[in-house]
Amino acid sequence: MSTYNFDYLDELEAEAIHILREVAGQFEKPALLFSGGKDSITLVRLAEKAFRPGKFPFPLVHIDTGHNFEETITYRDQMIERIGEKLIVGSVQESIDQGKVVEQTGKNASRNALQTVTLLDTIAKYQFDACIGGARRDEEKARAKERIFSVRDEFGQWDPKRQRPELWNIYNGKIHKGENIRVFPISNWTELDVWNYIRREKIELPSIYFSHEREVITRNGQLMAASPFLNMDEEDVVERKQVRFRTVGDMSCTAAVESDAFLIDDIISEISASKISERGARLDDKVSEAAMEDRKKGGYF
Amino acid sequence: MNILKFFTAGSVDDGKSTLIGRLLYDTDSILADQLEALQRSNRKNDDGTIDLAILTDGLRAEREQGITIDVAYKYFQTEKRKFIIADTPGHIQYTRNMVTGASTANLAIILIDARNGVVEQTIRHSYIVSLLGIKHVVVCINKMDMVDYSETVYSAIIEKYKILAQQLKLADVTYIPVSALKGDNVVQTSEHMRWYEGESLLHFLEKVDTDHLDRSQLARMPVQWVVRPQTAELHDYRGYAGRVLSGTFNLNDKVTVLPSGASSVVEKIEFFDEELAAAHAGQSVIIHLKDDVDISRGDTIVNASALPQETKLIEADLCWMDTRALDTSIMYNIQHNSKVTKCKINEILHKVDINTLEKHPAEEFKLNDIGRVIVKTADALAFDLYDDNRANGSAILVDTRTNLTVGALMFRAAVE
Repeated sequence: MSTYNFDYLDELEAEAIHILREVAGQFEKPALLFSGGKDSITLVRLAEKAFRPGKFPFPLVHIDTGHNFEETITYRDQMIERIGEKLIVGSVQESIDQGKVVEQTGKNASRNALQTVTLLDTIAKYQFDACIGGARRDEEKARAKERIFSVRDEFGQWDPKRQRPELWNIYNGKIHKGENIRVFPISNWTELDVWNYIRREKIELPSIYFSHEREVITRNGQLMAASPFLNMDEEDVVERKQVRFRTVGDMSCTAAVESDAFLIDDIISEISASKISERGARLDDKVSEAAMEDRKKGGYF
Repeated sequence: MNILKFFTAGSVDDGKSTLIGRLLYDTDSILADQLEALQRSNRKNDDGTIDLAILTDGLRAEREQGITIDVAYKYFQTEKRKFIIADTPGHIQYTRNMVTGASTANLAIILIDARNGVVEQTIRHSYIVSLLGIKHVVVCINKMDMVDYSETVYSAIIEKYKILAQQLKLADVTYIPVSALKGDNVVQTSEHMRWYEGESLLHFLEKVDTDHLDRSQLARMPVQWVVRPQTAELHDYRGYAGRVLSGTFNLNDKVTVLPSGASSVVEKIEFFDEELAAAHAGQSVIIHLKDDVDISRGDTIVNASALPQETKLIEADLCWMDTRALDTSIMYNIQHNSKVTKCKINEILHKVDINTLEKHPAEEFKLNDIGRVIVKTADALAFDLYDDNRANGSAILVDTRTNLTVGALMFRAAVE
């Protein structure tokens, strides 16, 4: 028997590939939700490992809030060119223009919540029956109970009380017309696992994940990138700081952390020692303790 | 570093959530903002310390009722290992959640309240552990602080449990006296129980053998997807993508494809841009065969010299998971790895009273019932017995009216 060193990253990787292939085998019209963040970038890498030398059996779908970090969009377009797969963009601006959603007002206005409508419209338009996402169970308490194959009704709602039992490595993807399934292949990964995997696989990331100098303001105790998308007033003091981002979301709700981590090794040691969890850097989770559960029930990723 | 998946069942009163909270807390797996949220919440222990149980209570309904109603997965890591905890409620009405949580675990923690000893729920939890074939069992005798850390109490409980373990054929059982509330023997060895010479729970979990390398000859790979690029340069490329369930496939191994029975030889094993000499249990790979065989999703590639069972009548243990009772007059879908076919439950042999382990004849099968049935499938399944090969000896039942997963099956015998 050959030597065989199957470590934890190999195991997580093999599990995720298995899940992606189940999606390909069980669904007619799947899609991979791509945000430009490290988790969805990891998913793209896993999809390459699952399906190459063939094409992906699904397009990538980006729900664009219009409030993006420019670096993310540049990265997205370069990546699509490199992998030669199809990209579909669902635009929140379009949903606003069509009057389907109303832009939030006030100081903490963000387009994060509006994404849900655009996502559901995009799913309906292309009749996607499965949407692969990069959510992980370690992110938040409500996520800790979500299945890898998670059923949404035609309103995009998740019902935590009506989840299907998920046993062994058998995934039940049967749905009724109008329903769809969200699939989370990296459910069992932690933030640190993702970073270790990115390092091992030498995956390139958008530059905002690494330390850079940026104009920021401090709001609700968190550093926000100064941008036209933030409703700033005279109370907001703009400072230049050395920062990086731990998640890549909408500019109006993604907080930066002060950091000198220029390299992936620095980031991994920073996270290992870190005292703020990744979602702690997202304002939208702070609104109430049950915030995530409420948003998931409403169709959020 | 590898992964240990473990399972905990317990009721609110056993302090199971406190035990898990303690493991997370004492291994520094709780981050500052989560801790802050904990401190803001108004649930405290009697002595004013943080109620660690809140860490594992996920959903709002649970917070309101103060109970865990589903399976929650928790993660932590030490320098030696990554841990995945499947945390489930222990009341009898959550049997299906326990079965679910236990299905992927390779170790189970059974909690016993030192004040009460082996009780009905201990039998229930241990039965589920044995039913689902979890290899290692750790019995934590908790709340030792409430019995003055007494060795006599501890020993009496162990003696009683040993009888149960024997009855359930649990081969590998380890006993640890703990106090989750005070932290004794969870991460640190206790000062209060010098009579206990074993390790703390965490140290044990760090070094217990997980045996990822399945040395059985039962090489099995269900085909999930056929990779056919159909480009000019890869015109004839045809790779069978799947995850090796068990055993090992080596280059040039003789294999059989089921259900067709076609034979061939492993010509190439690919993993993305690498070519491998062998594919082992757990790996997701692409296998190429020498011969042009017709293979599609739902077929299984197996070692030609260790064939699985192949019948349409199977004796199996069934756990019913739906609020609508089993209907022996209708067809269900049975999903066995990547294979889906229709089936009926032909016969209910008996039901088990999981509090007493007594078997009873039964006419009906309701939510959380467990027992032995005969399944009749439309297409023959290529399966192994659960005790020989968990990954290829299990299946789920899907109700085609609701699409819900309604049953878990563990194959016990092929019926000729």
